[in-house]
Amino acid sequence: MKNMLVSNSPHVHSPLSTRRLMLDVVIALLPATVVSVLFYGWSELMLLAVSIATCLGVEWLVTRFLLKQKCTLGDLSAVVTGLLLALNVPPTCPWWVMFIGAIFAIGAIKMTFGGIGQNVFNPAIAARVFLLISFPAAMTNWAVPAGFIHSCCADSVSGATLLGILAEGGVKELAGVNYLQTLFFNIGGSAGEISALALLLGFVYLLCRRVIKPWITLSIWGTVALFALIFWLISPAKYPDPLFNLLTGGVLLGSIFMATDYVTSPMSNWGGVVYGVGIGLLTMLIRYFGSYPEGVSFAILFMNALVPLINKVFHQHKFGRA
Amino acid sequence: MKKTFPIGGVHPNDNKISRNCAIEVLPLPQTVYISMAQHLGAPAKPVVAVGDKVKAGQVIAEPGGFISAFVHSSVSGTVKSIAPRKDISGNSMTHVEIAVEGDEWAEGIDLSDTLVTEIPTDRAAVLAKIQQCGVVGLGGATFPAHVKLNPAPGSKAECLILNGAECEPFLTSDNRIMIERSKEIVIGAAIMKMVLGGCPAVIGIEENKPEAIAAMQKAVAELAYEGISVMVLKKKYPQGGEKQLINAVMRRQVKSGGLPISVGAVVQNVATSLAVYEAVQKNKPLVTNTLTVTGDCLPVEKQHNYLFRIGMPLSYIAEYAGGVPEAAAKIVSGGPMMGRAIANMDACTVKGSSSLLYLSEQFTKRKEASACIRCGKCADACPMGLEPFLLNKLAQNGMTEELEARSVQDCISCGCCQFTCPANIPLLDTINLAKGQVLGIIRARAAAAKAAAEAAKAATQK
Repeated sequence: MKNMLVSNSPHVHSPLSTRRLMLDVVIALLPATVVSVLFYGWSELMLLAVSIATCLGVEWLVTRFLLKQKCTLGDLSAVVTGLLLALNVPPTCPWWVMFIGAIFAIGAIKMTFGGIGQNVFNPAIAARVFLLISFPAAMTNWAVPAGFIHSCCADSVSGATLLGILAEGGVKELAGVNYLQTLFFNIGGSAGEISALALLLGFVYLLCRRVIKPWITLSIWGTVALFALIFWLISPAKYPDPLFNLLTGGVLLGSIFMATDYVTSPMSNWGGVVYGVGIGLLTMLIRYFGSYPEGVSFAILFMNALVPLINKVFHQHKFGRA
Repeated sequence: MKKTFPIGGVHPNDNKISRNCAIEVLPLPQTVYISMAQHLGAPAKPVVAVGDKVKAGQVIAEPGGFISAFVHSSVSGTVKSIAPRKDISGNSMTHVEIAVEGDEWAEGIDLSDTLVTEIPTDRAAVLAKIQQCGVVGLGGATFPAHVKLNPAPGSKAECLILNGAECEPFLTSDNRIMIERSKEIVIGAAIMKMVLGGCPAVIGIEENKPEAIAAMQKAVAELAYEGISVMVLKKKYPQGGEKQLINAVMRRQVKSGGLPISVGAVVQNVATSLAVYEAVQKNKPLVTNTLTVTGDCLPVEKQHNYLFRIGMPLSYIAEYAGGVPEAAAKIVSGGPMMGRAIANMDACTVKGSSSLLYLSEQFTKRKEASACIRCGKCADACPMGLEPFLLNKLAQNGMTEELEARSVQDCISCGCCQFTCPANIPLLDTINLAKGQVLGIIRARAAAAKAAAEAAKAATQK
């Protein structure tokens, strides 16, 4: 008899792999990506290419020459970071700002801590905040570049985001703005924030494929809505309603794709809820009382730092220990 | 709605390819080698000598302790040697070698097919019979059945659960006996029910075995014993885990470190029930069991369910079944989730043998492990609600106190975590090692505490 393999059980493995999970995230981001390219045209396509290529390139360089490890590009996590980062900057962002952002995301945030699975902060969020602080003008230039489908959206071209308008002029400036259109398309804002529907489609896909669990995302939405509801009930003349807060800015993109990042979010369900509530609360505090019109990135970044503590407190519910 | 256990679990492809292969009786080999460690607990002590003539069903070894069991000869013939021999993992154990001569059974054993449906009422006599016939749990752990069926005073059985889940992929021997020996199994259940004081009995079967469910329901209805029912369970691995099955059937969770009887449950496999029937009603000791020859690289027409006798060399069975397939890269005894890879085909069948599983390289080869991405899927899959990613890290860093605090001892080694891990991390390998270490520490601590207590007692008596 020929020699047989001998190893410990289990002798079979599920088809699940890191690459498959990351591929699922990319697939879930496709609707939002396609919409952004349709609306913002060639310049958006170039930003996506620069971001993804730089992320892959930096990871390859670091693993090959600095860490001298096996190439990890195959797990597709660098593609996810590149894609998310490009969708998190304004469509007018200069290519070299994008380039610097991508280097920072992979070089400083991901690989410095040891690569996939080791980073404390979400690379795309950290890079976005880094760019926002370093290049404030480029990162808040909401002019709209020429897209592939002009005619349908000519009248909605604007130079500011809805949240920007709110921060500058208050709720009265929003009179007449039909923000429900953000469900389908809303020009002005980061490239990935055009269509709430496209993002929600991605959310449903991720849930169906069991890539993520809904608790983090839902607790962010719940907290944002509750916070907004309280202020709206107190003074509807001064504050917008909950739906406005959910649909505008980065709440959907952040809560579905960034806050649910495996590495930088808590492991347990209840930990996830605490984390989500924290993100929601911080987002609304920044929106209503901070100097920035939008706070999702800061909120996620801050809560990332608390994840190790949350993991220490919240654990899985054990069998037979009710 | 069909019930299942609430925490964790995975859904491997069930691959019950041999489900329709009727049980065939294996012919006798020239020699059998009967291991003295056929059960959980102390090995049995041989009571025969080289040169003795033995008959099938005759006692050849006595229990070596309280948790131990009788071992009987499975064939008639002459004892050739009593010597160490390697088991399937390559560990040495005393085996009794018997050269087969004819097929003569010991006196008083009823080999007929006549069904004996009358349930005896003498509890002590039935328990003694079960013990004398060497009946052990055939669901995997091979725990002596008479110990489990005789709960300590003060604890009361509220439900007897017959385990017909057979949640391991590929295995179909329980499926076949439930179809072909359903009445015997139900009578066995009625006997165990009587021994336990008349508590209700539930036969739990997963939904992927419709023929077995139908056969068992029919047998229960026809025999019409009081308080025996069939419960159809959702398909989810590891449903056949004792604590998971209790949770699914009774909606109760056994506390960490506790025994099933603490929540009023006694679990026995359907194959054990068949063995109890044969022992009590037919006076036949446990020397036969059913085993599946299957695998992903074995064509369905070459797959079999065999009635084997204990002590048959695995190589003999493999040869009889048509040889080891060319594509096989690993041979497993048991299911693909918890079974053991066979290092030695010269090893012999024991009471608890359940399969010869041929897996191809492509099917079974481990992929290279990559970094943990902290997805938490291992924790979601763990049926004991543990956090394998954390236990793995703690074990790698030798943090035994934290491992104990994070309940590493609750791990049932079902393999769900490692099965699921997208980074292919060998979680269970590490956790099993850590479990052994922590068990050693707990035992050493208990021994030290006992010694200290005795010293204190001795000091006060002076």
